[in-house]
Amino acid sequence: MTAPLLSVEGVSVDLPTPRGALRAVDNVDLSLAPGGTLGVVGESGCGKTMLSRAILQLLPKRAKLSGRVMFGGRDLAALSPESLRKLRGPELAVVFQDPMTSLNPVLTIGTQLVETLQAHLGMDGGAATRRGIELLAAVGIPAPDQRMRQYPHQLSGGMRQRVAIAIALSCEPKLLIADEPTTALDVTIQAQILELIVELQREFSAAVILITHDLGVVAETARRVIVMYAGRKVEEADVGELFARPLHPYTVGLLASIPRLDLLRGEVRNATDRLQEIPGMVPPLFALPDGCAFAPRCNRADDLCRRERPVYEQKREAHWAACWHSDG
Amino acid sequence: MAVLEIDGDAALVSPVRQQRRVGALFVCAVAWIALIGLAAIFADLLPIASPTDMDLLAKRSAPGAAHLLGADHLGRDELSRLIYGGRVSLTVGLLAPVIGVLIGGSLGMVAGYFRGRFETLAVGGVDVLLAFPPLVFVLAVTAYLGQSVLNITLVIGVLGIPAFTRVSRAVTLTLSEREFVTAARALGATHARILIRELLPNVALPLLAFFLLAVAVTIVVEGALSFLGLGVPPPAPSWGSMIAEGRENLDIAPWLAFLPAGFMFLTVLSFNIVGDTLRALTDPRPGTL
Repeated sequence: MTAPLLSVEGVSVDLPTPRGALRAVDNVDLSLAPGGTLGVVGESGCGKTMLSRAILQLLPKRAKLSGRVMFGGRDLAALSPESLRKLRGPELAVVFQDPMTSLNPVLTIGTQLVETLQAHLGMDGGAATRRGIELLAAVGIPAPDQRMRQYPHQLSGGMRQRVAIAIALSCEPKLLIADEPTTALDVTIQAQILELIVELQREFSAAVILITHDLGVVAETARRVIVMYAGRKVEEADVGELFARPLHPYTVGLLASIPRLDLLRGEVRNATDRLQEIPGMVPPLFALPDGCAFAPRCNRADDLCRRERPVYEQKREAHWAACWHSDG
Repeated sequence: MAVLEIDGDAALVSPVRQQRRVGALFVCAVAWIALIGLAAIFADLLPIASPTDMDLLAKRSAPGAAHLLGADHLGRDELSRLIYGGRVSLTVGLLAPVIGVLIGGSLGMVAGYFRGRFETLAVGGVDVLLAFPPLVFVLAVTAYLGQSVLNITLVIGVLGIPAFTRVSRAVTLTLSEREFVTAARALGATHARILIRELLPNVALPLLAFFLLAVAVTIVVEGALSFLGLGVPPPAPSWGSMIAEGRENLDIAPWLAFLPAGFMFLTVLSFNIVGDTLRALTDPRPGTL
């Protein structure tokens, strides 16, 4: 087994709020091999974005990070701002959820792309412009030389996200974090963008962390999946195993809430075939229950679940979960 | 690979920059500013009388062949005084806001971007400056350093800093929260780079609009100071002091007060119109943000 590119060890993020400190990420471990793909799945507010910010060291100023983020043998949390800055771009890159806001509205696409290339790779203007056009072509933008002169508002949402991906990949990073890259896009465009990420990942041999609330997205792209709930990992497995034999009731609930075409067509055979939802909401992080955080919404919860937090342990071969009621 | 976006090709057919109409009002305003500006710059070369030569026989004469726009109560040519007065008004009006936009603008951006103790200090300092009575400040400076175009420009410029600081800090505050700033940081941009390349182009537009408004206000302020006798010392003309002098002759020669007042009105109006139109023209986000 090769040494992991990224290994997150016991990372927690505490955010001070008027109602007391809340733990947005609680003791999360993960590791990712060079060129690998990891999906991180969970509902809104379950800490997946904070986890990505913790890896990138882009947490809000008041947030407190504990644990280690080892990247290429170095602890990112302990690096000086200057050496961290040099890692960003050529080593670490990120694609954000909303391409409306992640591109500068008053600079042309070309300027934003070319300046990144010049700043990190020390290219001169002409070479950077040529490379910029190549990159736009690589992310599937037609007439890239004309697009270079346009402003973000002149492009459609899908086009903008392609541009954001082109900028993120411009310095050929070793790790790309895609934070809900398809959430703000039309469903038809989503598939294209995912396809593009997978294709480019192979071409640039980058490792990818794909953060999403959509298990469908994970199924198409990731190899290994982490399911998060209320800041904690609740399940981790290879993608096929997770879809075939989910262990945690939360994962089961997420899988059941993916709309299926045969159900939409009305081919319902029995009562359990209708689209399922998980009742209730993610509990507020400053008022987590003592036991399992999912217990209030879980139909299998009993006194043990409400009293004691389940141990996160290996249940099957390469399949981990934190639930009292899921043994093998 | 297949690309489905439909507006892709449509957008390419239409030119990148759509033609946006500018009104006749804008053209008139630019023409007026150009006329006044050129006359003020080339005043020495124009075939006009000296603004300080007295032709006592032509005292308060009506506009005519000898004096195109008449002569004032000391027989000085009114047209020439208007042009030389425009020199003072435009110099002060354009330079004082430059001081404000440079110092106030950068102070506000740095305060809005870094927050923390520097912001507290900057905002506090600006509040102190705002609370200071401006006329007392002007009196003090002109009393100690003398009345000159340079001193008046500096005083009005410094007094304008707080407004520029507030505008640029407010804009920077909201922009710093936007994701493209985080995206730039995630790409390893330095603070200086984010401030200059990412934030400045966004802050520049509202600042430019505010700058032109400040030019208009400054021209009025300079006029008011001259009217009160705190502007450039006589016999040098200025629109404000000309209005003050003309006031005494309102019954016999009303044009002596109304002409400089009209010049000032048209100039201020023109700057406001140009400011508004330029802001609308240069905003690359029509309708949406």
